[in-house]
Amino acid sequence: MTDTTMVGALNLGLRHELERDPKVLLLGEDVGRLGGVFRVTDGLQKDFGSDRVVDTPLGEAGIVGTAVGLAMAGYRPVCEIQFDGFVFPAVNQIVTQLAKIRHRSAGRTAMPVVIRIPYGGGIGAIEHHSESPEAYFAHTAGIKVVTPGSPQDAYTMLRQAIGSPDPVIFLEPKHRYWTKGPVTPVAGSGVAAGPLATDGLHRARIVRAGTDVTVVAYGPLVATALSAAGIAADEGTSVEVIDLRSISPLDSDTVVESVRRTGRLVVAHEASRSHGIGAEIAARVQQEAFYHLQAPVLRVTGYDTPYPASRLEQDWLPGVDRLLDAVEAVRKY
Amino acid sequence: MPERSAHSGHHGVMPVIADAPGPDHPTAPPEPVDPARLYRDMAITRRIDTEAIALQRQGELGLWPSLLGQEAAQVGAAHALQPQDMVFPTYREHGVAWVRGIDPVELLGLFRGTTLGGWDPQQHRMNTYTLVIGAQLLHAVGYAMGIVRDGDVGTGEPGRDRAVLAFLGDGSISEGETNEAFVWAAAQDLPVVFLCQNNQWAISAPFSVQSRVPVARRADGFGFPGIRVDGNDVHAVLDATREALERARAGGGPTLVEALTYRRNPHTTSDDDGRYRSGAENDRWAARDPLALALDGMETGDGRAALLAEVEQECEQVAARLRAGCRALPEPDPAAPFDHTFAEITPELERQRAEHLAFVASLEVTP
Repeated sequence: MTDTTMVGALNLGLRHELERDPKVLLLGEDVGRLGGVFRVTDGLQKDFGSDRVVDTPLGEAGIVGTAVGLAMAGYRPVCEIQFDGFVFPAVNQIVTQLAKIRHRSAGRTAMPVVIRIPYGGGIGAIEHHSESPEAYFAHTAGIKVVTPGSPQDAYTMLRQAIGSPDPVIFLEPKHRYWTKGPVTPVAGSGVAAGPLATDGLHRARIVRAGTDVTVVAYGPLVATALSAAGIAADEGTSVEVIDLRSISPLDSDTVVESVRRTGRLVVAHEASRSHGIGAEIAARVQQEAFYHLQAPVLRVTGYDTPYPASRLEQDWLPGVDRLLDAVEAVRKY
Repeated sequence: MPERSAHSGHHGVMPVIADAPGPDHPTAPPEPVDPARLYRDMAITRRIDTEAIALQRQGELGLWPSLLGQEAAQVGAAHALQPQDMVFPTYREHGVAWVRGIDPVELLGLFRGTTLGGWDPQQHRMNTYTLVIGAQLLHAVGYAMGIVRDGDVGTGEPGRDRAVLAFLGDGSISEGETNEAFVWAAAQDLPVVFLCQNNQWAISAPFSVQSRVPVARRADGFGFPGIRVDGNDVHAVLDATREALERARAGGGPTLVEALTYRRNPHTTSDDDGRYRSGAENDRWAARDPLALALDGMETGDGRAALLAEVEQECEQVAARLRAGCRALPEPDPAAPFDHTFAEITPELERQRAEHLAFVASLEVTP
């Protein structure tokens, strides 16, 4: 176990999958010699060759569309979309093709494709470089949407996603790219065997136990929620933090069980509030744990506006203070 | 660009638009395809089409996209394939499916609503139909990337070298994804042949809405050969496609073949082509019927009469099988959508499946 950045953990995960399975290949703009604009694929083309780490033409539909064809030919492509706001030209291929081909073929044709997307705000970027598109994809049947909150999960979940027979949108919280954390690599084992499988790509995880309020977060906001929980504890409130990890499918059982114990729920995400992941979680909790709720479910989110100019993002994004306000509100309800 | 005749020995070849280099690895001249076989496959294809339209009119199919007039383009192109080649069709390639050995009853499932696909793409080396215009061209390109990585290009082994044949219509050349597919195929010299059936109408939009230049000439801008052939001449299409596929298998990269033809029926059974085009235009193309053209090139006499009788009998058998097979297509299992959304069913889908099956069971009336 060593301390590694999330970028380093992702790079290691890709390296181990390229080593494990000769059918794995990486596709994207600038992923080869440059190593990706965030350096997630740094050094991989040098070690695995330009046939395995492919610098593509500049065309997002082409990246995903050719990945669909490669999967039909028996390969396991891992696509990189350079920034969240640039995935939209590829949405046709993701929604009408990638997500539906297993279903269309009555289960005959698998689509083991991973689409890595750096997403979310907080890095002071310009327009289209800080989007949170998870709800678009989560609303599409046939694709999985996951996001790691720590370097260890970045490593483990990416390897599990590549091993999955189904398409996975792998959202990388770019605000946490350079945060270090402990990573224990598992060389040589795939999703079908060994420790990578036991973790469960679709499972939410309680990352801090608590008794008074449940806070559900994912991706970039897991660290925020943990900070808030630490401060709340000093103020006498015991907050349980759940890292959702998988947005779709949604492990609502873990959330519902927690709310049955705490009676209070706050959901946090950077994406716009309305019609989002928070609404889905709130709906499931009221359906499954209505009589356990001591307060309305609150959402702490980005607003229903275009993502703001970066000078405004600090307050626009849910931070520790807004989370603590919500925790206090449900506590006092 | 100098014009020349691409293929000697057959009438109806259109002027070549872009010149095409020969294969890097010259191969033996291909076996000639029996003209009677080509005629037979075109006639059966037309009969499948006619019967499917009738089934739609009888309420047995929700929709049918007719291929009337495009039999030569499809049968000619399909006969250029080797068994190991892969095909990516649009939603109108019924003639290609027939030549590829797909039971025509299986074609009907998509249009009857019993399935979203129908056949096993690997078994027939032909993908299921794609309804989103141009989307399949990128799949074809990706598949061709796989063939290159498998080392199945340019080996010189006839049973090993493979290529991809991707179909498109004239409307799809306006799609961004089509152009991305051309960029990819050119930049990586991929073994893919794009076969555009320019049937001149994208529903109600004439070709002039899509392009100021012939489809084949577009290839020049991407850096690979574009060839225009008479799409109603089965031999011309066969020759051009075969040459392009051979070059692709040998490592010579992509080709765009434009088969100039005409869609004589409406876009689908839901379309009314009387609102946008004249009957006279249709009549001019009916006079260049691909089946009649194929017969013109064959010997007359007792041999032809015997062939026609034999083909007619076979068409009757196919039609009867289609009528019975359509009505016998099994109703899909209500659980099928849940079972085939992911490789394994998720807990939430498990709950939803149980809910749905209980509802469906509640509808069953005890006699």
